[in-house]
Order: sequence, then structure tokens, then C-alpha cells
Amino acid sequence: MDLANFLIQLLNGVQYGLLLFMLAAGLTLIFGIMGVVNLAHGSFYMLGAYLAYWLAGLSGSLTVAILGGAALSVVFGLALERLLFRHFYQRDHLDQVLLTFGLIYIFEELRSILWGDDVHGVKIPELLGASIQLTENLSYPVYRLFISGCCIALAVGLYLLISKTRLGMKIRAGAFNREMAEALGVNIKLIYAVVFGLGVALASVAGMVAAPVSSVYPNMGSQVLIMCFVVVVIGGIGSVRGALIAALLVGLVDTFGKVLLPSVAGMLVYMLMAAVLLWKPEGLVKQ
Amino acid sequence: MSSPRSNLETLPRGLQAVLVLGLLVLAAFPFVGSEYYAGMVVHMMILGILAMSLDLLLGVTGMVSLGHAAFFGLAGYTLAFLTPADTPVNLWWSLPAAMGVSALAALVIGFFVVRTRGIYFIMVTMAFAQMVFYLYHDNKVLGGSDGIYVNFKPNAVVIDLENKLVFYYFTLAVLVVVYVFLRRLLWSPFGRVLAGIRVNEHRMRAMGYGTFGYKLAAFTIAGALAGLAGYLFAAKTGSVNPELMGFQMSAHAIMMVILGGMGNFAGAIAGAFAFEYLLLVFKDLPTVGGVNLGKHWQLWMGLFIVLLVTFAPRGLLGLVGKFTNRKEAALE
Repeated sequence: MDLANFLIQLLNGVQYGLLLFMLAAGLTLIFGIMGVVNLAHGSFYMLGAYLAYWLAGLSGSLTVAILGGAALSVVFGLALERLLFRHFYQRDHLDQVLLTFGLIYIFEELRSILWGDDVHGVKIPELLGASIQLTENLSYPVYRLFISGCCIALAVGLYLLISKTRLGMKIRAGAFNREMAEALGVNIKLIYAVVFGLGVALASVAGMVAAPVSSVYPNMGSQVLIMCFVVVVIGGIGSVRGALIAALLVGLVDTFGKVLLPSVAGMLVYMLMAAVLLWKPEGLVKQ
Repeated sequence: MSSPRSNLETLPRGLQAVLVLGLLVLAAFPFVGSEYYAGMVVHMMILGILAMSLDLLLGVTGMVSLGHAAFFGLAGYTLAFLTPADTPVNLWWSLPAAMGVSALAALVIGFFVVRTRGIYFIMVTMAFAQMVFYLYHDNKVLGGSDGIYVNFKPNAVVIDLENKLVFYYFTLAVLVVVYVFLRRLLWSPFGRVLAGIRVNEHRMRAMGYGTFGYKLAAFTIAGALAGLAGYLFAAKTGSVNPELMGFQMSAHAIMMVILGGMGNFAGAIAGAFAFEYLLLVFKDLPTVGGVNLGKHWQLWMGLFIVLLVTFAPRGLLGLVGKFTNRKEAALE
């Protein structure tokens, strides 16, 4: 592997890792703060991709689609929290597993009714359609850099929100001790709703920005969900920082594995997970 | 919160009568129902075995495994690989071999997953099962995404599974044996430790029990029994594919246990029958006003699951228990 090729794989790995981080961050936030296991997180990713396809088709612009789609998915997340998830905060993990498993079925079928079962492509906007020439015959698409940029921007925003703002302080307080925070006058119900909406929006935006690269197809959420689980397990549950480290690790191992060891590439990530579990059963970063 | 509720370890008399009645109905069924429906019942009985094996983890030990289908599928694949292209394989050694493969896989995976608990356990079991899934899904040598055929059903001196009636009673016998075995296990010292782990693992450890070993043993036994079900399933359908090990299959097994009620194995059987029957009903819904309701069975299934878990988290037997044992229900 020469340097240019290595660089391309490195960028691909980082881009995949950052995308995974965006998804895993939502999953781990929802778990870490509200204690909810959400199997339907992959469905939110799928929802994002289909929203991008649908809204870009309507408006002709991916930017408009992403902004509109993000707003729609926040509304969707809030409604879902209000109607269903709110009643499951104090329930068994098992009940949450079943509830969200049932939701996967419902979302898949609604997707089939609304948008059909075909595979769709989403056009890369012209502005981002170019490629950067690395060597004479190797180039790197700008759009992938754009994905990475989006993810980094969101990660920084998330970090600032949680560690620097008043809302973030309340979120942390709620995660640390729900009763105490409530006694101190924090509106926990509102905080939980916000966190859930945020988690849904993160997954959905990840789906939207990834749509032009990954294309849009039925059941696209399930594979992503499992990867998210692997990331969360490696990183340590509830830790956003752990999720970032783990996501980059998984992204790189997966990307380079496909190039260097194609015959076992599918397994490599899981081997990584097994190794981490042996070494640190609670994940890399313990809460 | 992380230890799931379990109910009705001792079955009330009324329920025991229902079980005996159910057994009689199952024994008489091939002579009453058509061959087509008898085939469906075999399918349900096999899934009942799978559900019971999961109940050992879910209802007894309190381990929510979301990867149980891996062991179900592995044994099925083992049968497929052991069956020669032109002749059936011997039942007496291929069945233990298939269960052995599942048990070994459960032992190895269990070594990693059993040390985790709660949500972590859920995610890790699911991830490991998915690893097995992709191993078979991505490798042409192992059958790839299409899977492989089992051309001949296993066969032995007295038991030829090619005969549908023999297959039916063999499965029924296995169902009963597994049920009796698990009930005995539940009330053995080993089973009492597992139940203790569900209630309070720290206390069990403080009392001097090596809970890791107990949980690993339970995980391995459950894996082997899931393998037993998978072997029969592969023999019944005549083919295996990666979906058998997929996460939906695992979730279905959980659904069956919840639907029936956890922790007593009878509920798992009832749940398996009820769940499979519901699937048939949903897939068979008529066309109303130009809309084919059966085509959207996933929607009904999803709605059913959401409603069930919202309103009846203790399952069918939980409801029965409420009526047969009001005092106990009132105390809770």
C-alpha cells in the first residue's frame, strides 16, 4: 500500500468512524441519561436517509433536505418520547428491548408503505461533487470530507452543549441523580424529552449526510445498529468520550481490515470487541 | 431494574391440568388435524424448545440474551454440513454432534459475555451473535447469504425422520424431555443458585458461590438446548440460512418467552405456540377495501408487541396467574 492509498483508507476510516460516533453518541446519551435501551436507533438512521431522499427530491437541494429533515426528526423524536418512551423509563431493560423491537417492525413497514421497497440513490450536491487529486491516478471525493466535517462540527457542538451550557449542566445532573436534580428544581421530564429528541436527531442527521454515499435501502438501520452496539460496548456505556475513541477505532479497523485482510474483515471488529471485553469488561472509558 | 421479573416458579394446580390437557391434545393431533396443520404444530413445538432454552437464561437466571439464535442456527448448519449429498445422516451421532457445536460456541461466547451484566449483556450477546451471523453470511464456503440445503432428514434404526408421523412424535418426545429436564434443573441446587443470581447476584457471591461458573454453565446448557431445537428445525425445513442466527430470530425467541410468561418453562412453550399462531394470523389477514392487510403483517406484529409490552408485561401465564392465584397477586 503506497502513501496515497494509505491516506485514502485513513480518511475513509476516519469518516466512517465519525459517522458511527454520531450514531453511537445518540444511543449512549439516551442510555446514559435516561437508562433506555433503544434497538430502534438504527431505524432513526434509516428514517434520516429516506427523509434526505424524499425531501431532496421535493426541494431539489440536499441542504434544504437536511435542515428540514433534522427539524422533522426532532419533532418525531419528541412525539415518540411523549407517547411511548416516557412510560418505559422505570421499566425493565427487557421491556425496553421489546418495545423498541416492536418499533423496528412498525417503522420498517411504514417505510415500506410510504416509500416502497426499492433501493434509491441521493445525488451529491454540485458544490461538493468535486474530487481532490492526491496523485496522478488517485483522488478523494470532497463529499466524504464534508461528512467528516459535519460530524466533527456536531461532536464539538455536543461537547459544548453538555459541558459548557446551563442545559448541559442540568442534563448531567439528571444523569447523575434523577431525584436529587428534580428536588433542586430541574424539570427532568423536559430534560429527558430534549435528550431523546437530540438522540433521534443525531441518528437521523447521520442517515441524511450518509445517504449520498451509502444509498438508501430497506433495513439499512439494522447493520448500523449492531455497529453502534459494538462501539458503545468498546467505548463504555454512557460515555460520549469513550464512544468517540471506540468509533474511530472501529472505523479504522473495519476500513483497513477490508483492504488488508478481506477474508476475515467482517469479523475483525467483533474480535476487537472481544479483546476489549477481556481487557476491560466495562469498556475503555468507565463512567 | 436490570434483573427481569420472573413469575410462577411453582405451577398452580389448574395450570398443571392445562399442561396435561395440552399434552393430550398434542399427542392426539396427528389423528385429528390434517397433515398440513400437523407440520405447523411440529414447527411450533421446535420453537417451544428454543423458547424454553432461552427461558433458562431470561426467566431463571435473569440474563437477557439477545443473541440466542446463534446457537439455534449453528446446530442447524452442523446438521447441514454433516448430511452427505446423497444419503441421510445417522441421527444418533449427528444430533449430539450438533448440540456439541452449539454448546462449545456457547461456552466460548459465554466466557466473554457472562462477565458483563444488564444492558451490557444485552448488547454483547447481540454483537457476538451477529459475528456468527456475518461469518456464515459472508463466506461462500459456509453457504453464504443463501444458506444450504439439507437434502435428507436424519435417520436411525428405529427413528426415520423422513416419516412425518415419526418426526411429529419424536419432536413431541423431545419437547417433553426438555421440559421435564429443565423443571428438574430449576428445583435442583444448581437451579436454586441460578434463581438466586437473578434475585441478587452480589448476595450469592457473598455467600461463597462462584457465580461466574454458574452463569457460564447455564449459558452453555441453554446454548446446547437451543442447538437441539436448531437441529430439528433444519431437519424440518430441509435448509438453513443465516437468518436463523439473525437478531430478529433472537428477538422472536424473547417475545415467545415474554408472551407466555417467564421462569417456569411452561410459559415459554405456550408463548411459542401463541407467537407462531399470531404470525400465521397476521400473515393471513384478508384484503379489505383494496388494501391487503396480510401484506403488512410486520405492522400488526409491531403494534401487537408494543401493546403487549405496554399493558401485559407478565405475559399470558401472568394473566392466568392473576386469576388462579389472586392472593399472591394481591401481595405483590
